[in-house]
Amino acid sequence: MLDPYKIREDFPILKRRINNHQLIYFDNAATSQKPRQVIDAIKDFYENHNANVHRAVHTLSQEASELYEDAHEEVAKFIDAKGMEEVVFVRGTTEAINLVAYAWGLRSLKKDDEVIVSLMEHHSNIVPWEILSKINGFRIKYIDINNDGTLDYESFEKAISKKTKIVCVSHVSNVTGIVNDIKKVAKIAHEYDALTLVDGAQSVPHLPVNVKELDADFVAFSGHKMLGPTGIGVLYGKREILEKMDPFHGGGEMIREVSFDPKTKRCSITWNVLPWKFEAGTPNVSGGVGLMEAVRYLKRIGMENVRAHEEMLTKYAMPRMQECCRRIRIYGTKDTSIKCGIIPFGVDDLSSHDIALFLDNYGIMVRSGFHCAQPLHEAFKLTSSARASFYIYNTREEIDRFTEVLKEIEQL
Amino acid sequence: MVNLDDYVARIEGTCGKDKDVIVTFKYDKKDEAMKKILDKSAVKKSIARIVFELTFKDFSFRLYGSGKAIFRDLKDKDELNALLSELLS
Repeated sequence: MLDPYKIREDFPILKRRINNHQLIYFDNAATSQKPRQVIDAIKDFYENHNANVHRAVHTLSQEASELYEDAHEEVAKFIDAKGMEEVVFVRGTTEAINLVAYAWGLRSLKKDDEVIVSLMEHHSNIVPWEILSKINGFRIKYIDINNDGTLDYESFEKAISKKTKIVCVSHVSNVTGIVNDIKKVAKIAHEYDALTLVDGAQSVPHLPVNVKELDADFVAFSGHKMLGPTGIGVLYGKREILEKMDPFHGGGEMIREVSFDPKTKRCSITWNVLPWKFEAGTPNVSGGVGLMEAVRYLKRIGMENVRAHEEMLTKYAMPRMQECCRRIRIYGTKDTSIKCGIIPFGVDDLSSHDIALFLDNYGIMVRSGFHCAQPLHEAFKLTSSARASFYIYNTREEIDRFTEVLKEIEQL
Repeated sequence: MVNLDDYVARIEGTCGKDKDVIVTFKYDKKDEAMKKILDKSAVKKSIARIVFELTFKDFSFRLYGSGKAIFRDLKDKDELNALLSELLS
């Protein structure tokens, strides 16, 4: 097991007091806090190694290039990709999904094709497909969810056909924390020659994720939810698929050659090798360096330990939340073996924003609203929800304080 | 005429089916803003001076000790601004 008290010493922000109370940060599904090691790595990059990467011979550029490439390698090892060719750095999960939609979907999806998306998706795995379907005319089929928030695999098996070209599903729901059986989804998708795109924004930071075992074709995730800085994320893609795809953005870095032909008066272009073919322009080098340090931090703890800690906290929190306040409702399954450290909840006759504001008074940060998953809330017949989400630095004492404050909310 | 910018740091529409609006008062002006609002409104309920359920004219809203207020069922931003101007004047 990990030691959250020792870990907390690495997170300067956790020493803050908010509204005269010790900060309790339970909004980790939105973004995680950053350890000193990540902050220092970014500072060190700017103080000692900053230069633009690639195609320069001077020392600083070589140092920056090496760090940036090391970051790709570190991430590749973390998710057990075959190599850094399969790891494309992007701004975050949203951009990773848009990359697949536009670089693959725009050219590959035709009018009679079908795309399968689950109803529990974050808007970032719904909206790009809806936009693209208006351009290409393909059909989107949504997979239902069960009453407990789990994916309805029967609905998925009914929906899939030879017309299906890609199945887009989250590994872990950002609202309920439910872990989907991606191996099963990918296996079924592949039987129909369809690709699988996995939104790993809530899984890669919280579970051991092995892309070879999952056998998904694409996995998208964000650095800022896993101790890294904002503005850096990852698209994992199987090499053979990425090789066949055309680039997403055009510009510097993603080309090998741009040659003007005086006869045709056009430029002929050859793409750079993977992953650079998908990283047009000057990349977020310091973001990559920060992400590398975040991955190293998580590896030192061990992702099995991260998972176990969050499971312990969730098991500890749910019954206490229900005991402390008669009007509280926890949404979705309570089976912690199939969910991560996310607890969506509500209090009868109170809006989720009142809950969040009340907790904020006591320095407790939770999120309220749709959490960018309106279709899931509609399926649950909810107008919004409050969400407590845990990470490696959260403790049982914080949950005790949280439930103590929730008890007072009953007076509202 | 009160200048709302003197008191209000941020106005944010909430995410969710119910279109609530959260008003955050400037940190150094929050006590003054809260006093003015409490003087003008009728207190329906108060919990340990941390949350106040208030009514003013036909509007009911909650004011939090952290210097934030949540308004609901407002028509638009103009109605919110008019309401805040009266409460803070």
